Amino acid sequence: MLGKLDWSAIPLEQPIPLIAGGVVLVAILGVLLWVVVKGYLPYLWAEWITSVDHKRIGVMYVLLASVMFLRGGSDAIMMRIQQAIAYQSQGYLPPEHYNQIFSAHGTIMIFFVAMPFVIGLMNLVVPLQLGVRDVAFPTLNSVGFWLTATGALLVNLSLVIGEFSRTGWLAFPPLSELTYSPGVGVDYYAWSLQISGVGTLVAGINLVTTVLKIRTKGMSYLRMPMFCWTTLASNLLIVAAFPILTATLAMLLLDRYLGFHFFTNEAGGNLMMFMNLIWAWGHPEVYILVLPAFGIFSEVVSTFSGKPLFGYRSMVLATMAICVISFMVWLHHFFTMGAGPDVNAIFGIASMIIAVPTGVKIYNWLFTMYGGRIRFATPMLWAVGFMVTFIIGGLTGVLVAVPPADFMLHNSMFLVAHFHNVIIGGVLFGAFAGFTYWFPKAFGFRLDETWGKAAFWFTFIGFWVTFIPLYAAGMLGMTRRMQHYDVAAWRPWMFWAAIGMALLSIAVICQITQVVVSIRNRDALRDRTGDPWDGRSLEWATSSPPPVFNFAFYPDVRGEDAYWALKQHAKEQQLEHAEPEYQDIEMPRNSPTGFVCAFFATVTGFALIWHIWWMVILGCLGAFATFVVFAWRDHDEYVIPAADVAAIDRANLEERRNLVSMAGAV
Amino acid sequence: MAMTATYGHAHADPHHLGRAIEHPGPAPKRIVTAYGFWVFLLSDIVMFSCFFAAYAVLVGQTADGPKGSEIFEQRNVAIETVCLLLSSFTCGMASIAADVRNRLWFYLGMAVTCLLGLIFLSIEFREFADLVSRGYGPSRSAFLTAFFSLVGCHGLHVTAGVLWLLTMMAQVFAKGFRADILRRMMCFALFWHALDIIWVAVFSVVYLLGSGV
Repeated sequence: MLGKLDWSAIPLEQPIPLIAGGVVLVAILGVLLWVVVKGYLPYLWAEWITSVDHKRIGVMYVLLASVMFLRGGSDAIMMRIQQAIAYQSQGYLPPEHYNQIFSAHGTIMIFFVAMPFVIGLMNLVVPLQLGVRDVAFPTLNSVGFWLTATGALLVNLSLVIGEFSRTGWLAFPPLSELTYSPGVGVDYYAWSLQISGVGTLVAGINLVTTVLKIRTKGMSYLRMPMFCWTTLASNLLIVAAFPILTATLAMLLLDRYLGFHFFTNEAGGNLMMFMNLIWAWGHPEVYILVLPAFGIFSEVVSTFSGKPLFGYRSMVLATMAICVISFMVWLHHFFTMGAGPDVNAIFGIASMIIAVPTGVKIYNWLFTMYGGRIRFATPMLWAVGFMVTFIIGGLTGVLVAVPPADFMLHNSMFLVAHFHNVIIGGVLFGAFAGFTYWFPKAFGFRLDETWGKAAFWFTFIGFWVTFIPLYAAGMLGMTRRMQHYDVAAWRPWMFWAAIGMALLSIAVICQITQVVVSIRNRDALRDRTGDPWDGRSLEWATSSPPPVFNFAFYPDVRGEDAYWALKQHAKEQQLEHAEPEYQDIEMPRNSPTGFVCAFFATVTGFALIWHIWWMVILGCLGAFATFVVFAWRDHDEYVIPAADVAAIDRANLEERRNLVSMAGAV
Repeated sequence: MAMTATYGHAHADPHHLGRAIEHPGPAPKRIVTAYGFWVFLLSDIVMFSCFFAAYAVLVGQTADGPKGSEIFEQRNVAIETVCLLLSSFTCGMASIAADVRNRLWFYLGMAVTCLLGLIFLSIEFREFADLVSRGYGPSRSAFLTAFFSLVGCHGLHVTAGVLWLLTMMAQVFAKGFRADILRRMMCFALFWHALDIIWVAVFSVVYLLGSGV
């Protein structure tokens, strides 16, 4: 009746996951109770859960990423403490639990923190920058978000019901095959990623179509803000790479569920095929994450230097070059496979070549800053901190791209330090820069600068204190994923890394405080004009938060830095314009399709993990029925009357006139 | 936004080329939908390419089980191929009928497409069932694993296509040739033709190459 599920799935004998799961459960129930008691549920349902507004969906993506960041960060803290004390002892985490923690940490941080964070920012900002009212497929956008949330839910469910994968964040066979991992851990891993992977693919298709087909008048390709370009590149990579992940995990699942022989040791299976396939997805994946971050830094550096982006066209070229080359380097993840010197040399050289367009970008940012009037607001701090950190991470990357060096450093802590150096220094710094930069746009008030800067400095210093020791330990021969060790020379480095982790934890507390303090002081921090940073691209041309239709009129773009040009023009003309004729605007109606579909996906995923076949069938039927109901609806749009549009637009215009006349007076 | 709205009438020829080069603004819905669906189809083809790659890697790993030439029946595959190619034609007829709002021809075209799809599926199902009953199921060897997965993945797509086809007919029956339903019909036609392209590759890589060895 319930497949493999019975009471033994609840880890009653293991206090840590049980307590952690209990805390999460109490927190969720508490929030739910608060929402219901306060009567917010109808509001949440109507305005957020069923929303197909790209801005709301973007905010929910970022919220999901932030919550999962706390979960993934807790895993990191536990690992650092374990390695700090597990010298010639077992530490406090038994091996099977430690293995689950590092697997969950990697899985969560990549799939449920980095991915939703950048997809959320792209969702929020790209339609605004393109000067349009929505993405290409609004309802599909909602489906994509809720499927991602389903994946995150299943991963967290594994805390209290059953177990999570112990096979690392990529579940290499044959360890992940049924023979060596008979439990449900790998199944939790694979089904979560399959479901959220569909969500990511949907988001990718949506954003590619949006950038290529939905731009305002005059927004030709070479007038798009750099963030739109990197969004395009990143989502092209999603469309081309995520199906590979889906296929690979499908093969692994077929091995596990139906006794197939893709990657098994028996009957001619080939486990190195898994390595090739998973990294053919996995390497583009790191560029899927970091390219949007590059776009964010381009926007931030240009805005806070008060200059157009230096070398815009070379930046476009570099972005697309990275997009292509990122598909040609996957083998550098397993030089030790022994493909031979010629193959390894080709992939080594390709990996070094990808540093060239990245270098172009770095120089362009530096030259953008050169001669500018730089304002060191929090987003700019993240950008400058990124440049320093990412260069060093990139250099260690070029180092491990040399096959002989890689043979020494493969699977060592050096490698762990390298990829954290580029992912934290690149993606996470970028996400935080984007968060502080666009927060006023999303919510109508700025974030507190003092706490923001504190968060930056604790992160920056904490990062180096944590990961320089890991480089050193790697050089001393320490391999990754060790539950305990007996080498005395490693111990001090592990100790320092734990200190660094403490600093990083303080940084997270600063981030949370920043948000809380800012919400409390929101009236003082209010952004009335919609343009708090003296911005250059079109998202700043509308109010903060933007009305649901974003723009009363499709802006007419005449060149790069569209909004900057408009502002200059407006100052020259002293805004002596006749009022335009406002018109009705049609917007897509909200729809619970995404949420309901994700509910059935959760049911199906859970049933598949536990082999509850009747529930699988029910879940699939439910999902199909949801789509049929959606297909049957008669009205998918509603009209905002011209009078409402006019009222909203006039109010914002009034604030802007004041700003421009004040600027004129100065 | 008044700034933009009153920013003058577009002079769309900044370089005096004698022709308008300005980007005209968001594309119409029909274009956007079809474009997005094309992007999805490309991603689906990438997924198939993984199964093709796996097949190419594992084709020789028969683990003392049968080789392709010992189990493929060319007559059945020929019938399957004819069914699918014909179904693409009838699907095209249904699309044209939808474009000119002709219900009779639409239903007829779709019904024949459905029938051909079902014939294809039943032949494939019998081929699979026959292999399994002879002990040559997907667990027998890595070659059979790759074979069943690649061909089965295509078969699953056809199954989903048939389900979509029936839903499409029901939508036209209940709602008529509405603009959004015509857009869906266009996507369905793209999907069905794409499955044909995949089948041509399956036919060549698996059955033609495999039978020769």
